Amino acid sequence: MSSVAGSSEDTFPKLLLRNAKKFADRPAMREKDLGIWQTWTWADVLDEVRCLSIGLSGLGIKKGDKVAIVGDNRPRLYWTMCALQALGAIPLPVYQDSVAKEMGFVLKHAGVSAAVVENQEQVDKMLEIGESFKGIKTIIYDDSRGLSKYKVKGLHSFESVQDTGRDALKKSGAEADWLAGIEKGSGSDTAIFLYTSGTTGEPKGVVMTMESMIWVAQAANGFDNLTEKETVVAYLPMAWVGDHVFSYAQSYEAGYCVCCPESPETVVADRREMGTTYLFAPPRVYENIITQTMVSMEDASDLKKKMFHYFLDVAKETGEKILDGESVSLKDQLLYKLGEFMVYGPLKNRYGFSNVRVGYTAGEAIGPEIFKFYRSLGINLKQLYGQTEAGVYITNQPDAEIYADTVGKPLDGIEVKIADSGEVMFRSPGVFKEYYKNAKATKETKTKDGWVHSGDAGLFDDRGHLKIIDRAKDVGKLNDGTMFPPKYIENKLKFFPNIKEVVAFGDKRDFVTCFINIDLVAVGSWAERNNVSYASYQELAANPDVYKMIEENVDAVNLELAGEELVAGAQIKRFLILHKELDPDDGEITRTAKVRRSTINERYDVLIKALFDEEISNQHIKTEMTFEDGRKGIVEGDVEIRSMKLHTPSSHVQGHMREAAE
Amino acid sequence: MSNEIMPGDVLLELDDVSLSFGGVKAIRNVGFDIKKGEVRAIIGPNGAGKTSMLNVINGFCHPQEGTITYKGVKRHDMKPYVAATQGIARTFQNVALFRGMSTLDNIMAGRTLKMHKNFFWQLFYYGPARAEEMEHREKVEQVIDFLEIAHLRRTPVGQLPYGLQKRVELARALAMEPELLLLDEPMAGMNLEEKEDMSRFILEVNGEFGTTIALIEHDMGVVMDLSDRVVVLNYGAKLADGTPAEVSSNQDVIDAYLGVAH
Repeated sequence: MSSVAGSSEDTFPKLLLRNAKKFADRPAMREKDLGIWQTWTWADVLDEVRCLSIGLSGLGIKKGDKVAIVGDNRPRLYWTMCALQALGAIPLPVYQDSVAKEMGFVLKHAGVSAAVVENQEQVDKMLEIGESFKGIKTIIYDDSRGLSKYKVKGLHSFESVQDTGRDALKKSGAEADWLAGIEKGSGSDTAIFLYTSGTTGEPKGVVMTMESMIWVAQAANGFDNLTEKETVVAYLPMAWVGDHVFSYAQSYEAGYCVCCPESPETVVADRREMGTTYLFAPPRVYENIITQTMVSMEDASDLKKKMFHYFLDVAKETGEKILDGESVSLKDQLLYKLGEFMVYGPLKNRYGFSNVRVGYTAGEAIGPEIFKFYRSLGINLKQLYGQTEAGVYITNQPDAEIYADTVGKPLDGIEVKIADSGEVMFRSPGVFKEYYKNAKATKETKTKDGWVHSGDAGLFDDRGHLKIIDRAKDVGKLNDGTMFPPKYIENKLKFFPNIKEVVAFGDKRDFVTCFINIDLVAVGSWAERNNVSYASYQELAANPDVYKMIEENVDAVNLELAGEELVAGAQIKRFLILHKELDPDDGEITRTAKVRRSTINERYDVLIKALFDEEISNQHIKTEMTFEDGRKGIVEGDVEIRSMKLHTPSSHVQGHMREAAE
Repeated sequence: MSNEIMPGDVLLELDDVSLSFGGVKAIRNVGFDIKKGEVRAIIGPNGAGKTSMLNVINGFCHPQEGTITYKGVKRHDMKPYVAATQGIARTFQNVALFRGMSTLDNIMAGRTLKMHKNFFWQLFYYGPARAEEMEHREKVEQVIDFLEIAHLRRTPVGQLPYGLQKRVELARALAMEPELLLLDEPMAGMNLEEKEDMSRFILEVNGEFGTTIALIEHDMGVVMDLSDRVVVLNYGAKLADGTPAEVSSNQDVIDAYLGVAH
């Protein structure tokens, strides 16, 4: 692996200058505007970034300043990153759907002096934050709609900043000065602050240097042979490390094209039009696509339904083998070809996956069924394991070495070891520098010799692949000593389309119980087909027939658990369906949809108590919830608790248990 | 133009208007005005004559008595499409869209009156007709972007939920680039979130394009928040006229809405 420090392009602005020469006429960015795809070549991007950067400098932004970037994936917001880096300022992307209070914490912590935001909604949030935090001097907005009447000092439109830059460029020497500034930048400069979503406590600001980000981008592009010919659609939050690496770092390194969707609702249609070749999505996205497909297939004619299911069975048999280059009988090959023509091709086209060379899923465990579904259609979907602190990548599944239960092998140049405690640790040139203004957390996470604690419990299997069990500190024990890995159990349940979210309890308890959130799309469609009327999530969740369906799912998971030696005793004994959806606005899950256990323990204390009290079968609960516009309200109601009949552990385990009992 | 109407000037004036259907007097001697650039609400209990009032304004019904002055010109009986060419667009209480057509086609329909190339050019979709179509499409795309319905472009409107159909209907009216926009119960049957969206759009249409808006609405919260002036009708007669605050403290209005003990 080449070293970044030695190369002449050790910062992103330098990579941009290189790309503007090397790939001058190749598309760097596309965005759909007024229904038509607009394209910027690398040379165009350099021009946009240059004007912006000099304009920003004119507004007083200088080396070391932190600037928040808030909005959906927009070309201008990506350009802002590079424009800031060219000045030595530090971009700080923030989750665009967070409420002002949450955002305020991050902005204050980082001490930002300016913000570049997408629209009026975000400007309003900045002004609200500005009431208590005086640091923000400048706000720049992309979309002027609704802002014409705002008379606020320091509020500028994106165009006006670029225009100032363009004017300044007319002066001789302006461009040379700007280029000289970039030349002075080095790989050890801070590239970006990425705040972790923080499943525990307040978010932490992960500081990444230029060389670590570029190293990661090189490693990942090398691993999958990505070149300037790739096309990706940028649709995941810009504040998430995955998007930053995929849509920015790797794109600048390889020179490939990043497309911004028209609106968050049009992503699938936009992906279809652009024919993305490299794809990155959390399991949730893949799950949703399957749920929607299955739901709409329910409404299809019998003939179509039969054909669909017949060819899916064919794909299940042979699809993965063909993808992995194994030999398959001629008949199966022909059948699969026919299936490709009749079902798989149109399906992939519908999803916008026709051109996908490599697709990744990460962030959470993906259901083996879901994973195999895509692979059997001929989509090279792989898993990776990563963290913000690693600049995403720790392990990836190499082509043709795909096992649903592992996350693959360490990338070249990344060392991974399992600590005595069972925790996964990693070290590479791509790891983070520190947590901003949090030396204590840095010291706890990163050892002196560069090893980083991942916080996940895992093990290597005999094929050399890493297997992640759970968050190390979440793995608990039942009172009888049985291991209780909550996420492992939750994921098994979440793989059912009717179930969206699960929280399992059992550490230091006598048995395992759980909260369940139903999936409103899947269950709603079921309700429609079965003439079940409902007015709200709460009403649907309490429906006895819904309970019955979920009970069957829980039973199926219990049966599965009964067959696994380690966790046979951790079957779910009691469960309930929550009266409201877990929501990041209420702090119950993170913006990337990870459960915050401590918050849930606090908010639903009554329900948890009731779950473990076998006398209670119905519990009243009152919960405060936040609406989308930030107002608060109360939901209350009775929640039913169901008890399950547990399965006897299967024969092999049974013998073991008996021995223990004697 | 010589008689340019500036914001704040009277755009439309109704004077002593009466409308009856046979023996039923829908409107009795009502007079009020709509000023350019304002949001004017027409409220009243069921059967007060609100929709008839809109029908009179856009030329669908012709009053037996009284005069209507639009942009300073006294109006004669006319067909609704003439009103449309003069810059009056409307939406309906019960959504009136082409259900089998896509969102895009429905909104394009709003441009029909602005298409000038003759039938033969359009038949071959060539030359000027094509250029014209592109021009109109761009206008329509701006409306689509404005109302945030890009994801619905190709969806037949019959498949859309009610709240979104209302939004498409507003889009079609906006595609006409109207000077005066008549909205007949734009929030009816909507949930809170949809109402908030619709309110935001109405305010933005008014604020960004300076479009004058006259709306009928039952949700008093919406009326009080959105409108500059309110006219109250009851049994076809004008009961009150003024700012939301004036109207809501008017005893006659309170009695009409809540009923009076006899």
